[in-house]
Amino acid sequence: MARVSGVDLPREKRVEIGLTYIYGIGLHTSQRLLERTRINPETRVRDLSDDEVGRIREIVDKEMRVEGDLRREISMNVKRLMDIGSYRGLRHRRGLPLRGQRTRTNARTRRGPRRAVGGRKKK
Amino acid sequence: MSRSSKKGPYIDQNLREKVDALNQSNERRVIRTWARASTVFPQMVGHTVAIHNGKVHVPIFISEQMVGHKLGEFAPTRTYRGHGKDADRRGRR
Repeated sequence: MARVSGVDLPREKRVEIGLTYIYGIGLHTSQRLLERTRINPETRVRDLSDDEVGRIREIVDKEMRVEGDLRREISMNVKRLMDIGSYRGLRHRRGLPLRGQRTRTNARTRRGPRRAVGGRKKK
Repeated sequence: MSRSSKKGPYIDQNLREKVDALNQSNERRVIRTWARASTVFPQMVGHTVAIHNGKVHVPIFISEQMVGHKLGEFAPTRTYRGHGKDADRRGRR
């Protein structure tokens, strides 16, 4: 069972793809990593030798920020923005897009599912 | 796109001179400025800068973490108090 940096272990997939199940590793990082460790990206995770797993684990643990550490770093960055009272921090607080996108329509990723705005009552 | 690093950070010259003068004489005074586009530079830490938001100067105390950001980021130019019923309840701030 291949276990890298905590909980991750997809078995039937190619390593190339399997590694992307780790938070902080995408396809590009994964491919670069396999190139460096000289592992064929097409081998299945279950077919990896212990040595190969060891090489992957070594690089991931030593040089990369993944999973919890990465999440913590990101939330610290966001917290910093909020603490110094910058515009981006304010937008984070309100759950609105930070980079000047329109909010009249769209922006659903940041704002979440639509909430009905109360219609006007007649007097 | 971010600014070319060849040019270095944009710093408003007037503002810089004022800050330097205050640092030399060890004074702490509120500096009014319109230079929202200027970067916060390290010498400014500890000063209070009143940044124009298009209407008034908003006094902002510069902390160390703010270095590298632009002044304008700290003085919002828009007021939004919400839509509909909420607006009545919140009243004027």
